[in-house]
Amino acid sequence: MTRTAHPYMANSAPALRQELLDAVGVSDPDALFEQIPADHRTRHAFQLPPALRSEAQLQRHLRTTLAANVSCEANLSFLGGGVWQHYVPAVCDEIAQRTEFVTSEWGTPASDLGRNQAWFEFASQLGELLQLDFAGLPVYSWGCAAGHAIRMAARISGRREVLVPATLDRERLAVIRSYCAPPQMADHIAIVEVATEPETDALRLADLEAKLSSRTAAVYVETPTGLGALEPNGAEIARLARAAGAETIAGVDPLSLGVIAPPGAWGADIAVGPTQPLGIHMNCGGGVGGFIATRDEERYARQYPTLQVSIAPTRVPGERGFAMTLFEQSSYGRREEGNDWTGNSVYLWAIVNAVYMSLLGPQGFADLGTTILRRSHDAARRIGALPGVEIRFPHFFKEFVVSFDGTGRTVAEVNAALLERGIFGGADLSADHPQLGQSALYCVTEVHAREDVERLVAALAEVTA
Amino acid sequence: MSFPRFQAAAWDEPLVLELGRPGRRAQLAPEVEDEVALPLADLLPAGVAREQAPALPELSEFEVQRHYLHLSQMTLGMMGVNLFGTCTMKYNARVNELIAARPELAEIHPGQPLQTLQGVLRIVHAFEQILCELSGMDRFVFQAGGGADAAYTHACVTRAYHAARGELEQRTEVITTIQTHPCNAATAAAAGFDVITLPLGPDGYPTLASLEAAVSDRTAALMVGNPDDMGIYNPEIKRWIELVHEAGGLAFYDNANFNGVMSRIRGRELGFDACMYMLHKTFGAPKGGGGPAVGAYGCSAELEPFLPRPLVTRDDATGSYGLETAAEAPQSIGKVREFWGNVPVVVKAYAWTRALGAEGIRDAADLSVLANNYMDTRLAQVRGVARSNPQVTQHRLEMTRWSLAQVLEETGVDVHDISNRMVDYGVDAPWLAHEPWLVPEPVTPEPGELWSKEDVDTWIDVLERVIEEAYADPDLVKTAPHSHPIAQVDASRVDAPSQWATTWRAAVRKGVVPGGPRGAAGAEAPA
Repeated sequence: MTRTAHPYMANSAPALRQELLDAVGVSDPDALFEQIPADHRTRHAFQLPPALRSEAQLQRHLRTTLAANVSCEANLSFLGGGVWQHYVPAVCDEIAQRTEFVTSEWGTPASDLGRNQAWFEFASQLGELLQLDFAGLPVYSWGCAAGHAIRMAARISGRREVLVPATLDRERLAVIRSYCAPPQMADHIAIVEVATEPETDALRLADLEAKLSSRTAAVYVETPTGLGALEPNGAEIARLARAAGAETIAGVDPLSLGVIAPPGAWGADIAVGPTQPLGIHMNCGGGVGGFIATRDEERYARQYPTLQVSIAPTRVPGERGFAMTLFEQSSYGRREEGNDWTGNSVYLWAIVNAVYMSLLGPQGFADLGTTILRRSHDAARRIGALPGVEIRFPHFFKEFVVSFDGTGRTVAEVNAALLERGIFGGADLSADHPQLGQSALYCVTEVHAREDVERLVAALAEVTA
Repeated sequence: MSFPRFQAAAWDEPLVLELGRPGRRAQLAPEVEDEVALPLADLLPAGVAREQAPALPELSEFEVQRHYLHLSQMTLGMMGVNLFGTCTMKYNARVNELIAARPELAEIHPGQPLQTLQGVLRIVHAFEQILCELSGMDRFVFQAGGGADAAYTHACVTRAYHAARGELEQRTEVITTIQTHPCNAATAAAAGFDVITLPLGPDGYPTLASLEAAVSDRTAALMVGNPDDMGIYNPEIKRWIELVHEAGGLAFYDNANFNGVMSRIRGRELGFDACMYMLHKTFGAPKGGGGPAVGAYGCSAELEPFLPRPLVTRDDATGSYGLETAAEAPQSIGKVREFWGNVPVVVKAYAWTRALGAEGIRDAADLSVLANNYMDTRLAQVRGVARSNPQVTQHRLEMTRWSLAQVLEETGVDVHDISNRMVDYGVDAPWLAHEPWLVPEPVTPEPGELWSKEDVDTWIDVLERVIEEAYADPDLVKTAPHSHPIAQVDASRVDAPSQWATTWRAAVRKGVVPGGPRGAAGAEAPA
């Protein structure tokens, strides 16, 4: 170690390293690895790319490499389907960068007070949006939240079947399948599809009734659905499920809840959904997170796999602190006897979610939902007016299905032509949902201005002509 | 010895739900043009509109900003000295945070055409090669949202591997050890396996005989960490893996404690079929209080068909990058989480490995183990502090577990009290131990390669001082903290249904808000 110290390692300066070696009484650090048998040690000559020890070099390398990406700020994007482009307020970015939060660990309830309060404010504000009063810290994603919720319902009911909409998003379904385990496993949960209405994508109630049985642990229903459509029969679905002794699990977009009825109001038992819309950048899909919330009843609370933050008293009367509740039922508390498992998740983003909800407030959620509804419906109306182009489901929040069947073009062809015009067209549904033919899922949010919609419609007119 | 004088910020900050006044706004939505501004009744089907507005706070933008800045200031994080064990706390380079915030990373969608994602694909691919070098594995995937999720990924891969061989019904058991992180046992169980946990033997790790007794034709996998959180390395691990392989099981290496053995051992060379690295800790990306995280899951070529998809591919002819999807991999387990993983965390981990290079990574391992052994020499002399498994006299690796049982016995002060008092000096609480506690009154510091000798000395000085206080004035310690915005939290009732409240609406309804609600938005919350 004759070179200069490394900026990330305080004791790497040669003299300082020697000071430690002297204090420990060895001449070479290798002596400290005496526990590792010689035949365990590698003789591999590591071929790693050369070090970029200066920050200037490193920054240049990362910046120039990433410059090969084309962002959704550079191009006009209509991609959604599990991760969506929304405006991220600057204050969200500031708080997400606060080094105290970024480096926080697991201290004491006093030294972590600010973070724990922010987590409690995440759950509290989510509870207001959902009209539910028990929520855990977030899990990895919406699909993971749905998977855990289904397993909660299976534990509650002792039943091993879940009903899901036939048009469920394939990405989410693949995650749910993992959580439900293959049929060879003793704890397998069977996934049974319920037909949806071809005109609205709403769950077909007759098929739901036919498939509900004493085996049904839960009905999983989404609004908006994976295809963007609003489910008009939530209360009836919850009633039918309850009559069959099953739980109703609602998957909802929290950003819609300023204008759309919350799951707690229409009888859902467990609500799950994405946290990314609440102030988190898309991050190439790495922005996803998921929430789980229920009524505050032991029946549900004791099945949570997550960590939960409760308000709690301190030694000083009238003073508030926060503590983990029901920790002992987690995998930290009981290893394999705990509920599923938990671990590091997206807790920094829970703080950002709290900031986002505080920034919007009640009127902000109502206004934003209204703007998204208006902008997306205007876009759909204009796109649907193009010859041969059809909008499939009339009632939606921010995503809608565009069928290009009447144009004789495939979605792949349309999107390739849009890309030449600097536009990311909607996600191609033709492989995942063949019954929809050549259809794409378009996402329109508050980031889209009128001229963006006009530009898209003009480009679509050209490429489908 | 000198002791840091410390006083934490104390803002007496209300909950955000108690702040604000009706009508204030912190963000306005873009408005649409008049001709597009249809009434909601024309845009929504009957019966789906929200009737009652959510009881969220109404604040100005500055008020929200200031509130959360106050909360950040009341979070110690790594602002003091934080030798939190089992987490390999590293410097989280600010440049990486700034790079990750650029729109070329923050504002990209995973569904974009691949030609518009070549920069990020290049980095993910290059980082996969780096991890293959470090581990000897053949492939890596970054979909798992944390270390525990990577363990779950392994449990899912194990199911698929045995199913492909027609042996899944037979192979119902996963073997782990009591010192291996709880997530291994928990994820194996969540994936449907029965869990066998091996106890520790006389040498500080489970005996070969206990493994031999556990292994059978029911064995699906071994899931194990090495070294463990006491800094003890199982020298028989190669034989363990042979035994599991002979029985037809897979061997998974939880590399949570990679820091001390980086570039000295490679999991694949030891015989492991798969392994896991925590990019958010071990590879320099921030922990963030618990994510966003990545459990990088690596495996042998034999297990590659079962990996979750997509995998990043490179066309050597053109130099362009692509994705292999599940549709092209019929044996794939599918997905454990949506999309490719926490891509910014992968980029930060890549940046860390580039900042260090092969030599720097070896230096980091050396310095971590060196710093821990320096701690050992000093802590061994502190009153009431005893090294765990004292029969293991060899040097420990990057951390050592200590017991303060003598302090408890002689003063009545336990490790929670000590933690609460250490924070009064700006030194955040040490990690104690995962459940179950095999070492009584455990403390597990880990200095890593980040913290200076002076920081390490401060940490030890503070511990020593707090122990002296425990002997001289135990009440001072038992009533700590005294330099923080709140006193010691009384968590004795939060597991009672009438007392727990995970949301403000529940707390108000149950009447468990200490001091009562302070008004504003939240006071109208209960419904």
